[in-house]
Amino acid sequence: MGQATQAPGSRTDPGVAGPGPAAGPASRVTLALRWLRLVAGVVPFGIYVTLGLLLPMIAVAVGAFQNNDGGFTFSNVSAATHGIYLKGFWQSIILSLLTSVIPGILGLLIAYAIFTAKRGKVLRQVAITAAGVFANFGGVPLAFLFIATLGSSGLVSQWLTSLGFNPYDHGFTLYSLTGVVVVYLYFQIPLMVLVILPALEGLRPAWREAAENLGARTWEYWRYVGGPVLLPSFLGCVLLLFGSALSAYATTEALTNGTIPLTAIQIGSFLNGNVIAGQENIGKALGLGMVVIIAIAMIVYVVMQRRAARWLR
Amino acid sequence: MTTNTTRDAATTAAGTGPVRAGGGTSVLLRDLTRAFGVTRALDGLSIEMAPGELVALLGPSGCGKTTALRIVAGFEIADTGSVLVDGKDISSVPAARRDMGMVFQSYSLFPNMSAQDNVAFGLRMRKIGTGGRRKRAGDLLDMVGLGPQAGQYPHQLSGGQQQRVALARALAIEPRVLLLDEPLSALDAKVRLQLREQIRTLQQRLGTTTLFVTHDQEEALSIADRVGVMSNGKLEQLAAPDELYTSPASAFVAEFVGVMNRVPGELRGGGMVTALGSTMPVRGHIPDETPVDVLVRPEDLTMQVVEHGNGIVTTRTFLGSVTRVGVQLDGDVAVQVDRPSAESAALAPGASVSVSLPGQPVLVATRRVS
Ligand SMILES: Nc1ncnc2c1ncn2[C@@H]1O[C@H](COP(=O)(O)OP(=O)(O)OP(=O)(O)O)[C@@H](O)[C@H]1O
Ligand SMILES: [Mg+2]
Repeated sequence: MGQATQAPGSRTDPGVAGPGPAAGPASRVTLALRWLRLVAGVVPFGIYVTLGLLLPMIAVAVGAFQNNDGGFTFSNVSAATHGIYLKGFWQSIILSLLTSVIPGILGLLIAYAIFTAKRGKVLRQVAITAAGVFANFGGVPLAFLFIATLGSSGLVSQWLTSLGFNPYDHGFTLYSLTGVVVVYLYFQIPLMVLVILPALEGLRPAWREAAENLGARTWEYWRYVGGPVLLPSFLGCVLLLFGSALSAYATTEALTNGTIPLTAIQIGSFLNGNVIAGQENIGKALGLGMVVIIAIAMIVYVVMQRRAARWLR
Repeated sequence: MTTNTTRDAATTAAGTGPVRAGGGTSVLLRDLTRAFGVTRALDGLSIEMAPGELVALLGPSGCGKTTALRIVAGFEIADTGSVLVDGKDISSVPAARRDMGMVFQSYSLFPNMSAQDNVAFGLRMRKIGTGGRRKRAGDLLDMVGLGPQAGQYPHQLSGGQQQRVALARALAIEPRVLLLDEPLSALDAKVRLQLREQIRTLQQRLGTTTLFVTHDQEEALSIADRVGVMSNGKLEQLAAPDELYTSPASAFVAEFVGVMNRVPGELRGGGMVTALGSTMPVRGHIPDETPVDVLVRPEDLTMQVVEHGNGIVTTRTFLGSVTRVGVQLDGDVAVQVDRPSAESAALAPGASVSVSLPGQPVLVATRRVS
C-alpha cells in the first residue's frame, strides 16, 4: 500500500486528493485506491457477519420450509406456530420483556448510584468489577446457586420458613416462570449496569449546572435534559438485554429441566436429538421464529431510537 | 413558522432589544474563604461591584477565580464569608432561585434542544407560555446574530456560535447578575475578539452587573470597567485597567499585567533604592529580604546610543509606532526598552547603549533565585 500511494501522477496522498483536473488514468488509480481503503476496513467484519450470521440464517430459513426429503412444505412453520411451540414463543417474549425492562430500570438506578458515588472511588471500582463478574455468571453453576438458596429446601427459603414465611406456601416456586425471571435478574441487572454506565458518564456536569442556573429543579433537569439525552442509549441497552434473555438457555434448562416451554429450550431439545422422527425441521422453523422476534425488536428499537435521538442527526 | 416569527422579531429587535428598566444590581463578595483539603482556593476574597459594572477577575491558573464565581452562582458553598446582592445575603438561596445567568467555558448547551429551545429553557422553567418564550428566544438569538440558526442543534453550530447561544440563554432570564467563566477560552483568536466586543456591547446596553473570569490579561483589560487581579485565593488589586497598568499595587500585579523589567537594585535607608546609577524613592511595600530588583516598564527606561555604555542591543522588534529593543546590560541582565520607531534607526543589534532610570518612584521586589 505504502508504495502504491507513490504511483506516478498521484502527487498528493490519495486520501485527500480531490477530483481535480488530474490526468485520467492517474485519477482512476487514485479513486480505486481510495475505494479500496474504504472497503478494506469493513472486510474482516463483513466476512465474520457472512459466516457467523448470514449463512446460518439462510440455512435455518431454507430448512424451515423443507420436509425430510428436501421438498417444500409449510408443515414445520405451521407446527411451530401452534400448541406448545406457540406457547413457547409467548413465554419467551414475556420472559424477555420482563427481564429486559425491569433490569433495565433497576440497572440504570444502580449505575446512577455508582456514578454519583464521588467519595468512594474504590467502592466504585469494586462495584464495576463485581458487576462484570455477576453479568458473566450463568449456566448450570448459577442454577445450582439458586437451588441451594431459593430452592424448596434452599438456605434462604429455610431461613424465611424459620421466620414464619415459607415462600413456597405463598405461591412462589423457583421452578416456574417467576423463578426464572428472578434468576435472570441476577445477571441482567449487572449487565445493564455495565453497559449503561458509560452513557451516564457522558452526561456533562455543565448541563446539570446550566439547568439549575436557569431555574430547573432536579426532576426538571431529568425530565428535559438528562432523560432525553440518556434515552437513546437506554433503549439500546434494553434491546441488548432483550436479546440476551431471549437466547439464554443453559440456566433455565438446568433449573427447570425443560418443564417450562421456552423457545430456546425447545430448540435445544431438537439439537439433542430427542424428537419424533420426521419433525427435525420444526427446530429450524423455531429458529426462524427467533430471528423474526429479534428482527421485530430491532425495528421497534430503530423507530424509537430515531424519535429519541432526533437531535443527534 | 419558526423562521417567520424570528424574522419578524429581527425587525423589531434590531437596534434596541430588551433594555432593563431600573439601575441594575450591586454585588458584594465579603471575605470569602473556601478550602479543598489543604488547598486554600479562596483566602479572604472581597469584591464590591457597582450596579451595571463589568468586573473581570484575572489571575494565574488555580488562583481561585472559578471557585469565586461558583460561590456567587450557588454551585459551591463558602466556608466563611458571604455574598450580598443588592445588600441581601443570598447564601441560603439555592442556585436555581438566584436569577443569575451563567456562561460556562464550553459545551454547556443542552444537546437535545435546538438553539431556540436552549435559549427558551429558563423561560420555560419560569412557566412562561410557548408564544412568549418563542418571541423572546427569537429576539435574543437575533441580538447575538443567530436568528437564522434558531432551529439548529448544538452539534450543528460552531464553537463561537455555541457560546453566543449560551450567552443568549443566560440573558434570556433577565438575570440580575451575569457570570462568565472563561467563555471565550475555547475559541480561536478572531472569533474571540468579535465575541468579546459583542459581550461588552450587550452588557452595556442591558446594564447587567457582570463578573467575567479570564486568565487572558488582554481580554480582561479590554473588556472590563475594573479588573481584579487574584493570586492564591486573594485579591491583589481591583482597579480600572489603566490604573492597574500604570500604578500596580504590588510586584505580583506589576509583573502579571503587561511587560515588566527587573533591574538589580540596592536598598538605601529612608525608603530609597539605587539602580543603574540613579537613586529614587521606593513606591509601595519595601521587601524585607535582599537582594532586590527594581521593577520598570519598557517605556519607562531611557536609553542613549553611546560608546562604552552599560549595555549592548541584542534584538529589535517593530511594534508599529514603537519599537521594542532588547538590551543586554552589564552583569548579565536582559531588559526591554521601548523607543519611538522613528528614533530607533541607530539601535541595530550590536550597538552600544546607555540605559538609565528616570528617577520616578519605583516598585521593588525580592530578587528571584533562578
Ligand atoms: N472541587 C474541587 N475539589 C478539590 N480541589 C478543588 C476543587 N475545585 C477547585 N479546587 C482547587 O482549588 C484551587 C482553585 O481552583 P479554581 O478552579 O477556582 O482555579 P481557577 O483560578 O479557576 O483556575 P483556572 O484558570 O485553571 O480555571 C485549585 O488549586 C484547584 O485545584
Ligand atoms: Mg477556572
